[in-house]
Formats: sequence, structure tokens, C-alpha cells
Amino acid sequence: MHTKTLTELKAGLANRDFSSRELTEHFLARIQQYDGDLNSFVTVTDTQALAQADAADAAIAAGKAGLLTGLPIAHKDIFCTEGVRTSCGSKMLDNFIAPYTATVVEKMAAEGAVMLGKTNMDEFAMGSSNETSYYGPVKNPWDLERVPGGSSGGAAACLGARLAPGATGTDTGGSIRQPAALNNITGLKPTYGRVSRWGMIAFASSLDQAGPMAQSAEDCALMLQAMAGHDHRDSTSLNEKVGDYLGALKDDISGLTIGIPEEFFPDTLDGAIADNSRDAIRELEKLGAKVVSVSLPSIKLSVPAYYVIAPAEASANLSRFDGVRFGHRCDDPQDLEDLYKRSRSEGFGDEVKRRILVGAYALSAGYYDAYYRRAQQVRRLIRDDFARAFEKVDVLMGPTAPETAFKLGAKKDDPVSMYMADVFTIGVNLAGLPALSMPTGFINGLPTGTQIIGNYFREGQILNVAHKYQQATDWHKQAPAFGGAQ
Amino acid sequence: MAIDSKVVAQVAHLARLKVDPQDSDALSNRLNDILAMVDQLQQADVDGVAPLAHPLDVTQPLRDDVVTEPNIRDKALEIAPAAEDGCFLVPRVIE
Repeated sequence: MHTKTLTELKAGLANRDFSSRELTEHFLARIQQYDGDLNSFVTVTDTQALAQADAADAAIAAGKAGLLTGLPIAHKDIFCTEGVRTSCGSKMLDNFIAPYTATVVEKMAAEGAVMLGKTNMDEFAMGSSNETSYYGPVKNPWDLERVPGGSSGGAAACLGARLAPGATGTDTGGSIRQPAALNNITGLKPTYGRVSRWGMIAFASSLDQAGPMAQSAEDCALMLQAMAGHDHRDSTSLNEKVGDYLGALKDDISGLTIGIPEEFFPDTLDGAIADNSRDAIRELEKLGAKVVSVSLPSIKLSVPAYYVIAPAEASANLSRFDGVRFGHRCDDPQDLEDLYKRSRSEGFGDEVKRRILVGAYALSAGYYDAYYRRAQQVRRLIRDDFARAFEKVDVLMGPTAPETAFKLGAKKDDPVSMYMADVFTIGVNLAGLPALSMPTGFINGLPTGTQIIGNYFREGQILNVAHKYQQATDWHKQAPAFGGAQ
Repeated sequence: MAIDSKVVAQVAHLARLKVDPQDSDALSNRLNDILAMVDQLQQADVDGVAPLAHPLDVTQPLRDDVVTEPNIRDKALEIAPAAEDGCFLVPRVIE
């Protein structure tokens, strides 16, 4: 059962080939057996999962199945889940039992999804390797000595190892797409504001966006259908009609114009990475797409702009962790200031502290114009570059990540080289655009991914293009030898 | 714009973080690496470019001024590190 996609499992449940309880027990058993090596889950919610599975079976028997009824889903541990620890990969929240449930989790549960547990992640979603988690690094199922990427590394690794058929992720600078590429799965970052951020622990509020991760674009469409929509509790959630993502999969892509930004294929790029993405684009040409060259001249400044804006927003967002209302509190505080400082210093890991300090510095008196204001100006230049490109093309394509999964520890002491893992994904977040990463072949047995970027609210079109590619190829069906995933 | 241990200490205080003196130099070096990368922003020609705060230039919506959320005070206090009489408890701030 674990090799099947969500779409296949949904059909199996409808046909009564197996029950949701059987399906859920199967995945729980796989997690129990294999996750000791992978560390992709922080918390497994087996009791609740089985209760939800029984309720799903009853709903199916009564002919009342929703979009996701009976399908096991793993939620990133950044989404608040009432009554279940929500750690965000941090010691700060190791004892935090959320008092309410995130909109994304609620919407998926309302469509009948079964929650298997909460997946491991970089602390407060700050990282590209999952090594900043308080709960230890996640391993890549394609090679246990390598990282799964991050920050949604637990989600991507458990999907790659077929310990779950679907997972939620969040993407602030590439945190869905980069781990998707490194684990041979499909992941979509929707348009900023498409999916509610309510109950999703904030990192950088003008960039954060939740999205689906699964084996195929078709599965991502199914999940997004349940996740997307306006939420009055999130004031940045956009009141736009939700598209028919499943319906859009059937659209013909002949006549589609694909733009290839030259900046996504720099001379310094590993030739094998470039070749895999070029091959994927050629495959789409065979299906009737046209290819044109475009330029995004300001995108080279996306990493520096991001590393001002994201830490600045993080330094403000993370000020709420003060040891007073919830989360970690130090022992025997001498006074209030000692309580704040020691609680925060004990609760946060090194990377989180670095980003808070960079953010606080960039926002401090005398530096605001040189850093924050300038980064926001560059952000406009980057967004305008994309807007100009989308006057001529339907989608943009290029590699998702500049390299395959690297060895654990390889970049741990060099933050700037770690930041470059997201060099092709960050621009999309700054511009607020939707983008998907899909598997497009291997280098020395390690997966690579190709990114499809669409215009605002064109999630349906991106999913359509990826689905057509996946109908013509089988890269996305490849699974690692680990854990009998094949 | 290189920063040193003194600046790190000031910023750490603003962010209410404690930096151990023995870690201060290493931390300054790391932060300088990050700021050196960020300094590429100085190359950009941003004359007359308005800062962008929201990618879709959307403004905050307003809603009716009515109570929509339930009172979850007891639930919120349950997860507090220390609480008493319906309030969060902190060390004495007024002698």
C-alpha cells in the first residue's frame, strides 16, 4: 500500500480494497520500523490517527467521503495542533501543547484526512538541511549520510521513504521545494496568501506560505484543493476564489510558453544539474510547449535581500518567545530581564540566534535605510523582473537546487554557504509567486528537481504542467532502497 | 560595515539574548560573513524605487468591530510556565 499515491489510495478506499484503519496501521507500522534511522517525525499521533481512521471508514460506509477521507497525512511540526505538542523543531517549544489548531490542519481534517503525526524540521524553519532541529537531523532516505534539505526536511524524507503518502510543508525561502528536490518528491509553494497562515508558527510573515508535498503533482492538487482558501483569521489571506486544481490537470499544454531565465543556468552551475532540468524542459517541448529565453537581472540579489528581510521579520516574530506566557522558561530567574534573556538563550539554537541578531541589527537605528529599506527596494526590482517575464511566458523553469543532497555536517559551520542552497528558490518568495518542484532525474543515485514558477494564483497551471510531465515520465515514481520503499 | 563584540553585545541586549563572552568573537565572525554577503545589496541601483512590503500590494482588510474569538484564558494559562489568579506570573518588577 505504501508505494501508492494519495490518488491511488483514495480510489482503493472508495473501492473498499482496504480500510482507512488498515492503511493507517500500515503507515504507523512503517514509521515505527524505519523512522528510528530517518528521524523524520518529532511526534507520532497513533491513537488519534486510528480514531480518525475509524471515523473515516464510517464516513466512507455512509457515502459521506470528503476530498481526503481516510488518507494519512503528516503535518510539519510548525502547524499548531490542539492537544498535541507543536515544537517547531525548537527546545523553546519542546513543552508547548498548542491550545488551538491551525487552519490548514483543520481544513484537511474537515475533508477527512488522518493525521499520522508531526514532522521534524529546521528550528523555526530556519535552515536548508534540517540540522538545526532540536530533535536532531533528519536523514535522507536516498543516502543516510546525507541531509534531506530543509526546512521541511522531515516531511520530504518521510514521503521519500514512503512512511507517509502526503505531507504538509511551509516555504519561506525554498523550504518545500528544496527538500522536495533532494528526496525525489513533488512539492508546491502556493501564491503568498493563498493558504491561511493562522496557527502556523511565524518565521517571516511576508514570505511564509504553506503548501502540499506528495509523490505526484496530481496528489499535490488534491491536497491543495483542501488547503487553499480565504481565512478571516489571517489578515494576509487573500479573498480570491479557489481554483479547480484537480480539473486543471486535464488541460492541454500545447501552446504553453516556458521561459528559461538565463540566471537559473549560470556558468558556475553543475553541468549535470543543468542537464537534468534542460531534459525536463525538452520533454515538455515534445508535449507541445514553446520555449523562450528570458532574463531576471535583479534575481542575483535575492539571497542578500532575503537575508535582511527574513531575519528582520523573524527578530520581530520571535520576540513573543519570552518565557512568560508559554514555551521554555529558565530556572530561578533573578528578575524579569534575566528571565527574558536566559529563557531565550537556552530555548533558541545557534542559527535562530544568529538570524535574530542579524534582524535586530538590520532594523536598529542608523542601519535601517542601508539594510532593511534597501532590501525592500530590491524586493520590488525582483518582483518587477518576474512581472515583465510573465508578460511573455506562462511559466518559468530551471533547477530547484544548485546541488544534490550534501553530506550531514558539510555546511553546518558555514551559514553563508548553507544559504546558497536556496539560490534558485528565494526569488519566488520575495515576489510572492507560486512554484513547484518536481523530480527530474538523478546524479550518482541522488535525486534532482526542476522548478516550475507560475504567475499569481496560477497553481492550477503549474500543477497541470507538472502532471503532464509526470504522465510522460517516471522519475517521480522512483523510490529509494531504504525501508522497502520501492 | 563590520561589527565587533561590542556591537554584538548591544544588539544581543536589544534582542534580549545572552551571549557568552567566550563565544562572542566566533559569533561576530559569523555575523560579519552574513553581513558581507548582504552588502551585495549596495550594488543595486534603487534610486526612486519604492520599498515593497507586500508582493501583491494588498492593504490590510478591515472587519466589523465585533467579538469573534472565544475566551480561552484558562486554556492559555494552562500552558504558561507560571500563573496565579488568572494572570501570568513573572519575577517582581516593582519593589
